[in-house]
Amino acid sequence: MTNEELLAISEKEQELQQQVRYRIMVCSSTGCLSSRSDEILAALEAEVKQRGLENEVLVKKVGCLGLCAAGPIVSIQPDGILYKEMTPEDVPAILDRLGGEPLEEKRIDTHQPFFTRQKKNALENAGVVDPERIEDYIATGGYAALIKVLTEFSPSEVIQEVQKSGLRGRGGAGYPTGLKWSTVAKAEGEQKFVVCNADEGDPGAFMDRSILESDPHRVLEGMIIAAYAVGANQGYVYVRAEYPLAVKRFRTAIRQAEKMGFLGQNICGTPFSFKVDVRLGAGAFVCGEETALLQSVEGNRGMPRLRPPYPAQSGLFGKPTLVNNVETYANIPAILRNGGEWFAQTGTEKSKGTKVFALTGKVKNTGLIEVPMGITLREIVYDIGGGVPDGRKFKAVQTGGPSGGCIPEELLDTPVDYESLKALGSMMGSGGMIVIDDRSDMIDVARYFMEFSMEESCGKCVPCRVGTVQLYNLLGKFQRREATEEDLKTLEELCDLVRSASLCGLGQAAPNPILSTLKYFREEYLAKIRKSTPVEEA
Amino acid sequence: MMTPGTAVKTFTMDGKPFSATEEETILDVARENGIDIPTLCHLEGILPTGQCRLCMVEIQGSGRLVPACATKPEEGMDIITDNPRLRNYRKMIVELLFSERNHICAVCVSNGHCELQSVAQRLGVNHVRFAYLHPRFMLDGSHPKYEVDHNRCILCGRCVRVCEEIEGAHTRDLRNRGIRTMVITDFDTPWGESPTCTGCGKCVHVCPTGALAEKGKSVAEMAKRRHFLPYLAMRRRGGK
Ligand SMILES: Cc1cc2nc3c(=O)[nH]c(=O)nc-3n(C[C@H](O)[C@H](O)[C@H](O)COP(=O)(O)O)c2cc1C
Ligand code: SF4
Ligand code: SF4
Ligand code: SF4
Repeated sequence: MTNEELLAISEKEQELQQQVRYRIMVCSSTGCLSSRSDEILAALEAEVKQRGLENEVLVKKVGCLGLCAAGPIVSIQPDGILYKEMTPEDVPAILDRLGGEPLEEKRIDTHQPFFTRQKKNALENAGVVDPERIEDYIATGGYAALIKVLTEFSPSEVIQEVQKSGLRGRGGAGYPTGLKWSTVAKAEGEQKFVVCNADEGDPGAFMDRSILESDPHRVLEGMIIAAYAVGANQGYVYVRAEYPLAVKRFRTAIRQAEKMGFLGQNICGTPFSFKVDVRLGAGAFVCGEETALLQSVEGNRGMPRLRPPYPAQSGLFGKPTLVNNVETYANIPAILRNGGEWFAQTGTEKSKGTKVFALTGKVKNTGLIEVPMGITLREIVYDIGGGVPDGRKFKAVQTGGPSGGCIPEELLDTPVDYESLKALGSMMGSGGMIVIDDRSDMIDVARYFMEFSMEESCGKCVPCRVGTVQLYNLLGKFQRREATEEDLKTLEELCDLVRSASLCGLGQAAPNPILSTLKYFREEYLAKIRKSTPVEEA
Repeated sequence: MMTPGTAVKTFTMDGKPFSATEEETILDVARENGIDIPTLCHLEGILPTGQCRLCMVEIQGSGRLVPACATKPEEGMDIITDNPRLRNYRKMIVELLFSERNHICAVCVSNGHCELQSVAQRLGVNHVRFAYLHPRFMLDGSHPKYEVDHNRCILCGRCVRVCEEIEGAHTRDLRNRGIRTMVITDFDTPWGESPTCTGCGKCVHVCPTGALAEKGKSVAEMAKRRHFLPYLAMRRRGGK
């Protein structure tokens, strides 16, 4: 495939889409599908046919449109109308109104901050392209970056561009992506691997799933570029089996890319060859940890191992391996298309670009959002999220999933970037964001996350395996108002042990929900300490 | 005299200067020099995994903790093997182990020659500040010569590693997560019915506790013998 051939496909597809007067897009991600969006799609197709509108109206399934709480969502283009809470019964009405006055009672105001304050890159095509048609992706400029890279860039130039962009890993730790790529590129070995971490296991998180479901080719293109840059000839996508739709769409994407020559031998007529396979995970949170993930890909029990050696030197089957997150790869094509500097214009000094969050909990607009780094938590919760519903009061926002922490009202003006969130005792994590209102008890919140870590501990090391259970039990004592001053001391000591002595990130981060609630909501713990000590009782 | 080309690293441990070859870990150097760092999962002859976390030492300046059994000293490193923080952590780890499963020594075959017991004594663990969890596990006595009592297992993984790395059978592995994690035989078949177990007993003798034992041995007889291990490990590597 040459650039000219790519352009030809792109033009043909654009023509096809512009021939029609209207494009009706139906969200077909897991969220909307679960509220019957497939039936809406079928009803639309049938009704369009029945009315003989096939040449005027294109009905298209697309990925996530973001405002999941209002789903199923249907978008009408080029008019830019969004309809919420659609049912198959609404189909005739919206077709009647095409080109006329929209159906006000179902209409979503697209001028609200939820839409205007976002900035999309990884989600650029979500809700726009049909995730199961490669031509549609190509029509938006897809695979142009790959061809450009293969024909004009040396691997080290690709890495330089990624370094210039300042992109940091979106899987949680925020390690500089360009630096990781250059380490793998420099590692010695004939055989190298590129792995995409799609294990997403944080409660409440669905960013990676949505990206894979909405725009699988973008992730694939990012991986192929990465493979070229580091010199890998085999890639794996490690995705949990609980994500069947993402798996199906990614597999389709691989087949389509193979047919067009973006994967396989001598890609686009160059000496570069690369293959990608999907590996299903059984759904263990710890398998998101990169060394455990690699064990699992090899077919062993997914348990973390000591680092160093890091996967960049000795990863899959002992070979140099690049492990990046789904969202990290999804950012790559645009960086190579527009240049690293373009990417670096968005964000803060140390955290560049945009970040996808799954905004959930006690907030009006729950859904999937992508915002520029540096936006404040308050803007996310109040402007984009629309604030806390039902007249309740905001209490805290939990970021970073089980590895993160709770941030109180007075710190809401903190900008969202890796360092700031860490300084507050929380973390960016992979992008779960849960809003908590005044009805929640922070000890319950901490205990919920501790239960998760305790259940998901792989059992390898003592501080995590047993320590998390003891932490969970101690929190239970607080809940039952049976805790003493002594228990508070033990709780804090144990948090420190689990944090500093655990073998992998799961255990090291497990105490964060307790530590952050102890820091910002200590009075809730103190209030639950048994007032009369046994001595006084006697 | 140093052989040219051999990289020897110099560093300090507890304020005193030491040197180590490329191969040596912090634990190796400490043991050579009579510095006591407790361990439970480590065993000479099988690969270190750093999983019991008892041998954690502190790197001066960074406050970082690293497992001595699996960390090679770097040039100029300043290592602390003993301070109040480390002592407290080690005690807590042993207490966590005692809280996890049933360790009532008086009724255990390993009473008197158990590594968990002796580490506890050495570290001065005289009470456990955590609640006892004691999930109940079944005993597997299906093997004619040996038995496994999961209630005494500390999941150090020595049996799994020796079986895989030395005997080459990989009969043992783990199942479940969290504190329900347990050592299994093959795909969780009774030990006596294992098609892969050679009955060599290496796992029994490397087990630091009373979890793996020979049947019909009295407490006094059930001392573990594992002097064979470094020798076998060397032979497997092709040494003479
Ligand atoms: C317990 C645990 C779970 C993790 N889960 C994930 C995950 O689901 N997805 C992910 O991309 N990274 C996860 N990570 C981080 C990965 O280990 C790794 O840092 C990341 O995939 C690297 O990619 P990045 O640099 O693009 O972020 C997890 C880490 C830990 C310790
Ligand atoms: S910290 Fe937890 S999950 Fe990580 S190796 Fe230890 S037991 Fe396993
Ligand atoms: S295994 Fe060791 S510590 Fe446990 S009961 Fe037996 S002798 Fe005591
Ligand atoms: S059975 Fe023994 S050797 Fe095996 S993991 Fe348990 S305590 Fe360790």
